[in-house]
Amino acid sequence: MRYEAPTTVEDAVKLLAAEQGMAKVLAGGTDLLVAIRSGRIEPDLVVDLKRIEEMTGIEPEDGGFRIGAAVPSAEMGAHANLVAMWPGVVESAGLIGSTQIQSRATVAGNLCNASPAADSVPALAAARAKASIVGPNGRRDVPVEDVPAGPGKTSLEKGEFVASILLPKQAARGGDAYLRFIPRTEMDIAVVGVGVNLTLDESASISEARVVLGAVGPRVIVAEEAAEALVGTSGDEAAMKAFSEAVSAACAPIDDKRGTREYRIEVAGVLAKRAVAIAMDRAKGR
Amino acid sequence: MSKHHVTTTINGDDVEFLCDPQETLLDVLRDRLGMTGSKEGCGTGDCGACTVNVDGKIVCACLMLGAEAEGRAISTIEGMAQGELLHPLQRKFLEHAALQCGICTPGILVAAKALLEENPDPSETEVRYWLAGNLCRCTGYDKIVRAVMDAAEEMRGRNYAA
Repeated sequence: MRYEAPTTVEDAVKLLAAEQGMAKVLAGGTDLLVAIRSGRIEPDLVVDLKRIEEMTGIEPEDGGFRIGAAVPSAEMGAHANLVAMWPGVVESAGLIGSTQIQSRATVAGNLCNASPAADSVPALAAARAKASIVGPNGRRDVPVEDVPAGPGKTSLEKGEFVASILLPKQAARGGDAYLRFIPRTEMDIAVVGVGVNLTLDESASISEARVVLGAVGPRVIVAEEAAEALVGTSGDEAAMKAFSEAVSAACAPIDDKRGTREYRIEVAGVLAKRAVAIAMDRAKGR
Repeated sequence: MSKHHVTTTINGDDVEFLCDPQETLLDVLRDRLGMTGSKEGCGTGDCGACTVNVDGKIVCACLMLGAEAEGRAISTIEGMAQGELLHPLQRKFLEHAALQCGICTPGILVAAKALLEENPDPSETEVRYWLAGNLCRCTGYDKIVRAVMDAAEEMRGRNYAA
C-alpha cells in the first residue's frame, strides 16, 4: 500500500486516476482504517484529503454552506451559523460514534461508505444537499441520495471522489430535524433514521416537505407520498396519521439483529411524526 | 514498499520516525517509539483505550495512520504527569480507586483531560457522554465519573486561586 497526501484537488485526481490497482480516499478514516486492518480490503493506494485546503473548511456559499470532504463532525457542531441554519443535519452528524470518532469522521465519508444506516445521509438528503464530485472528467454536482448505489457501493466512477457537500440556503420559514432509533442512548447503529425538512407558509401550514428514511432499505428512501400527505396541512392529528402510514408504507427493510422488518416499519412511522414535530417547531421559531 | 519519514511533535518533543504506510499511529507509538502507555483494545475505534490528543482533539490512535502524523502536535498519556508530579486527574483516579485492571485508564485520562480543557465545569451527564467512547469492563464507570468530577472541582479551585 502507498500513502499519498496531496495538497491540491488536481493532484488527488491525478493520483487516483493513474492507479491501476485499488485506490481509496482517506478523509476521517473511521471506516476505511477498520476495513484495511481487518483485511477486508487491501488497497494499493490511499489518498489522504486532509492536506487539501479547500476540503478542510466550512464556507458560506449561495446563502448555504459548502462543507469540505475532510471536515470532521465535531467542526460542524462547533460552527454556530451552520448549526443555526441546519440543526437537523448537524445533529445527524453528531450522532455518529464517540467524541474520538467525532474528531475524525466526516459526512462525505459517511455518504461514500454507503451504509444503509448512515445517520447523516437522510438528513442531508432531506435538506436537498448535493455532493460535489471531482474526477478525471471534471466536476459534477449530484443530489446526495444518488451517491450510495447499495450497501457498500457508490455511483462514483473510477478516479472520482466527493470533494465537498453543498447545503443550500434554508427557507425563511424552514426547519429540519433528524431522529434515529437505537436500543440504547449512545454509540449504536440506526435501526431506523428519519430526516425531515419542512417549509411553512404565512398561516403556519406546511407548504413544502421532504422526508427521507434511513436503515429501512438498501439505500435511503425519499418518501415522496409521505411528504405529500403533509403539504397543505398544519400537521394536525388526521394529517399526521396519514403521514405516519405513508412513511411505514414506503419502508422496505430487512430483518437483522438490530430489528425485524415489522418492527422497523412500525418504528419508522412513529419516529417520522416526532421528527416532523421538531422540524415544525424550528420552522416556527425562525 | 518505501517507508514514510514523519516529523511530528509528541508531548512537546520533536520526534522523527520511519513507518510503513499501513502502520497506524498506535503501532508507531507502541512498536517504534516504545510509548506503550496507549493501549490496543479493539483496534476498531470502539473502545477508546488508544485515545491520544492530536492538535487539541482526541482521536483513536488505531484509526489514524502514522504517516498522517506529519506536522501534527500529539499528546499521549506519557506526557500527562510532570516528572513525579501526577496530573490532578491521575491523582483523583488513585484516590477514588477509579481503575482495576488499568487497560482503559490511559485512554480515559487523555480523554478526560481534553474534556476539562474544553469545559472546566462539566455536568455528570456531560462527563458520561464525553467518555462514551471509552469502555471499561471493571469499574462500572461510577468511580471514573466521580474521579473526573472531583478533579474538575479541584482544578477549578486552583485556577481561581491563581
